[in-house]
Amino acid sequence: MQHTAREKVLWSIGILVVLFYALIPVVWITSLSLKTPTEVGDRKFFSGFSFDNYDVIFADDTFLAALINSIGIAAIATLISIVLAAMAAYATSRLDFAGKTLILSGALAVAMFPPISIVGSLFDMWRAIGLYDTWAGLIIPYMTFTLPLAIYTLSAFFREIPWELEQAAQVDGATPFQAFRKIIVPLAAPGVFTAAILVFIFAWNDFIFANTLTSTDNARTVPAALAFFTGASQFEQPIGAISAAAVVVTIPIIIMVLIFQRRIVAGLTAGAVKG
Amino acid sequence: MEAATRTAPPGAPPRQRTTDRAKAERKLAWTLCAPAVIAMLVVTGYPIGYAVYLSLQKFDLRFPDDKEFVGLSNYVDVLTSSTWWSDVLTTLIITVCSVSIELVLGMAIALVMHRAIFGRGPVRAAILIPYGIVTVVSAFAWKYAFDPTSGFVAGLPLISDTAQPLNTKAGSLLVIILAEVWKTTPFMALLLLAGLSLVPDELHEAAKVDGASTRQRFFRITLPLMRPAILVALLFRTLDAFRIFDNIYIIQPGGALGTESVSILGYNVLINRVNLGLGSAISILIFICVILIAVFFVKALGTSTAQQRGEV
Repeated sequence: MQHTAREKVLWSIGILVVLFYALIPVVWITSLSLKTPTEVGDRKFFSGFSFDNYDVIFADDTFLAALINSIGIAAIATLISIVLAAMAAYATSRLDFAGKTLILSGALAVAMFPPISIVGSLFDMWRAIGLYDTWAGLIIPYMTFTLPLAIYTLSAFFREIPWELEQAAQVDGATPFQAFRKIIVPLAAPGVFTAAILVFIFAWNDFIFANTLTSTDNARTVPAALAFFTGASQFEQPIGAISAAAVVVTIPIIIMVLIFQRRIVAGLTAGAVKG
Repeated sequence: MEAATRTAPPGAPPRQRTTDRAKAERKLAWTLCAPAVIAMLVVTGYPIGYAVYLSLQKFDLRFPDDKEFVGLSNYVDVLTSSTWWSDVLTTLIITVCSVSIELVLGMAIALVMHRAIFGRGPVRAAILIPYGIVTVVSAFAWKYAFDPTSGFVAGLPLISDTAQPLNTKAGSLLVIILAEVWKTTPFMALLLLAGLSLVPDELHEAAKVDGASTRQRFFRITLPLMRPAILVALLFRTLDAFRIFDNIYIIQPGGALGTESVSILGYNVLINRVNLGLGSAISILIFICVILIAVFFVKALGTSTAQQRGEV
């Protein structure tokens, strides 16, 4: 197709607008994180270039503990939900059995579940059985949103797999389970990886469970730690330090998004449109 | 369902004759599904059941010994309080405003990306950034941008140097909606983009030949064919927006200045006032609201797909 100069100019403007839209708050919080306390109120982009705020947060045990909690809890929640969901998604997209629609619509219903509805019960139960303020105490409720998301994304990916290969293996004498393990798992790996990234982002993002079911460095994750971050004075939020911490937790996500953008888009839309 | 017919293995025996192979397949299917299904039932079903139980009790953790069965009185208390209804209203205002802005913005971004001439990659990467960012982080970014002691907004031309939007209810709601829209428009745009790619080009070509304008083609061809995709996107986003918590918690702590959403109310009663009986009644009412919204959209979706099947 031929494009006129006018179309190219309009499209370039469109790109710039979208880039501006997406980046402005990220640029602002990065700029704040590099300012000294005297520069914070100057309303300028990149007036300072000091790493003091980063020194502060990396010397802060609370932030480091929260970072470790966030990574550990999100990773374990991702691993568990991907393993369980991969088995279920294999069954719903490959095997013939009554009830697969029920499982998929059930997963969708669970995905729409409001977290606030179970926060009170969990708060009460966790204190009674000692799961309050522990990793497991967060990983379990995370399953309410990581499992349905994983089942949906994986089912959509698994439907695209060339199943003839599996049948060929079965003709050659492999049992259904062997065919699953030796043929489908390698074929499904890219989809599984994408689903894992999406699930990890969701778990990493959680605030409401982390806020209500933790109270100390023991299990408090970064979003909750950010909300409870206090500076020298208890009533003043340390803007520079919070900004620096915010930048630190944002960088890995931005890198992942940039590297895997094509897959993430496929994963996000596959479940919703084809499901 | 389409999926069922498409994924049935070619050459599989007819359903009526339950062969050994079919039996084995069914057994494997349930074995593979069981852990996920059980896990979902346990992590959602049990706590929600317990929440129903708690909602029927008088149960304040400050006076745990006073626990007693009170029937529906917690629900009566919630439904007759003006706080609940004003919070429902606030939540609906935030939901309707943010979802409708997102729909328009998301559609614009989807159309721009659909007709990409070059640079589709950078645009896609850029719009994924808000999606990937932690909500608490973006909430802080917007809060600090609008706060005159740390923000750039008050320094912009045409805006008063002393503007303090976060000191008023309307201003706070505006910032909260802006933060919500910024974060979730990409998701909307991607869902709509996927829907756009399902609209066949031939229809547009045919309409063009018949002399339809770009505008006519958008409203008469693109929009009607995208109806299911739009409804799915609206369903996801409406339910999500109705549960809004993170943005309000950070931007206006505690839901101050009349920015309290139903989820924030639930949190305040459950966690700050540790009134688990009353708080659980609020939790269950929110759950019922979410079900009602979902049923509404699923019904609309059902009618729309049925209509399409009839017409095409």
